[in-house]
Amino acid sequence: MFPAPIHTKGPFAVISYRVAVIIALVLWLIPLLAIALTSVRSLEDISKGNLWGWPSKFLLIENYSAVFTTTPMAIFLLNSILITVPTVIGAIALAAMAGFALAKYKFRGNILLFAMFIAGNFIPFQILMIPVRDLMIGLGMYDSIGGLVAFHIAFQSGFCTLFMRNFIKALPDALIEAARMEGVSEVNIFFRIILPLVRPALAALAVLIFTFVWNDYFWALILAQTDSVRPVTAGLQSLKGMWVASWQLISAGSIIAALLPVSIFFMMQRHFIAGLTLGATKE
Amino acid sequence: MDAIMTSPVSLSRPAVQRSFWRRHEKTLAPAMFLSPALFAFLLFVVWPILSSVWISFHEWDGLGPKIFIGLDNYRELFSDDKFYVALVNNIKWLILYLLAPVGGLIIALFLNQQMPGMRLIKALFFFPFVISQVVVGVIFSWFYDPNFGLLNVVLNAVGLPSIAPLGDEHMVTYAIIVAGLWPQIAYCMILYLTGLNNVNPELIEAARMDGCKGFPMFWNIILPQLRPATFIAVVVTVIGALRSFDLVAIMTNGGPYDSSTVLGYFMYEQAIFAYRMGYGAAIATVLFLIMDIYIAFFLVSMLRKEAE
Repeated sequence: MFPAPIHTKGPFAVISYRVAVIIALVLWLIPLLAIALTSVRSLEDISKGNLWGWPSKFLLIENYSAVFTTTPMAIFLLNSILITVPTVIGAIALAAMAGFALAKYKFRGNILLFAMFIAGNFIPFQILMIPVRDLMIGLGMYDSIGGLVAFHIAFQSGFCTLFMRNFIKALPDALIEAARMEGVSEVNIFFRIILPLVRPALAALAVLIFTFVWNDYFWALILAQTDSVRPVTAGLQSLKGMWVASWQLISAGSIIAALLPVSIFFMMQRHFIAGLTLGATKE
Repeated sequence: MDAIMTSPVSLSRPAVQRSFWRRHEKTLAPAMFLSPALFAFLLFVVWPILSSVWISFHEWDGLGPKIFIGLDNYRELFSDDKFYVALVNNIKWLILYLLAPVGGLIIALFLNQQMPGMRLIKALFFFPFVISQVVVGVIFSWFYDPNFGLLNVVLNAVGLPSIAPLGDEHMVTYAIIVAGLWPQIAYCMILYLTGLNNVNPELIEAARMDGCKGFPMFWNIILPQLRPATFIAVVVTVIGALRSFDLVAIMTNGGPYDSSTVLGYFMYEQAIFAYRMGYGAAIATVLFLIMDIYIAFFLVSMLRKEAE
């Protein structure tokens, strides 16, 4: 292990390390702590400039319920869920199939298609913006949840395919050959053999894509116009314009917007990190 | 094919009776599995790229007819001061964003200890990456607020005058980059923590036996083994820097006086607010070409690894 384990250096080192870690963590998270404290502050505190001291009173329930009663935050949240959940399912379904095809079949253009899915991940969104927007208007899907879902599925299928393909590639070919010998059809090989084996990869992808799509701002800006379609990211930004002085509401709104991805991250931490570090550790 | 032909099932029935699908299953299956993802990707990613390049040769307000003007958009772009402001800002992003792998590595080395509670601590350090850039942007614009932001509280406390980073054209881009570095460092930290986890312990022990420790140990033994993590960290950081849009849009809208604009935001502004789709497409194409250098670099090294 590097650096050398701290407990080999004696109890003093352990204690000072502990203290240093806590101080570093507090400094690192100051922006978040501030926003959390402000989300329970009173308006008087804010107008008096008491933004960094202790709140004069804690308005946890008042402020958080005010977000839902005085702003369309509930609709934004619902929209985010309606956009994110189908996207996760759709993108992963498409990518599991495509990843299987790219990993376990030899055909001309295999590597080329794989390269296309990889490259597609890294392009700037702006190169897609005008045609995708026009396409959505043409299809009657502009400013609709369906339009955002369709685009996100298509775009995320690139990353997911890359991911699934590498994961399936690592499964032994003998497994598939044996199944073919038994007369198992290709479709059943996918459903009965591959899918059960790639469950961990599907979980990793699901949490990752959930976070990516939940946090998307650009496409929400480009493809959604009305509050009834806007997800929390774009909604929060529009709130910021409307409620410039109501920092306690903006803060509470920000916390609400972050709550779902953060709790999913904590529940599925291992999967999340496995997804992000794909290929980062093996040469 | 052979596998099916020699399987007991296919031998028990004459080949002619088997359906077309069954006979060509192994050739058709990959096409069938691939087609939904391929169709979606071609429709919403590949075709729009080509279409954008095509639009960049036109004058178009988004509604009326497209007028072909050849390279005029590009000529205009290369003589547009704002383009150079955006380009220079993108370069600033690119250079300063490379502090993220460095910072991530430092934090990872600091946190790479096994103690009760360390997993939670690491997860909390990773926090900024999980939350949306919109929230990051909101938090930091508040941090920088000239009247009550924490930055000025701290500056005043040490006897320095207040500043307004987001209102100052010389400071604004740096102020936004700092906000962007926060989640980016968290991301790189996770990559390095995973990398450190997989460092060969025998190699470390052997080096320790030889009396190697501290910085020489890090430089000669550890860092080479972290190469895959460094590679991914640099790639995602460079791409992230070139893609920067969210924070600029949230924190400043490119202002003051367009001083914090980047190519991604400049394009959006021209297309959406100025109704200049052709010009916007030209900006997007230039950004795309710049990014292609990095994408090609990534693809080549990834496919080379693949071939091994």
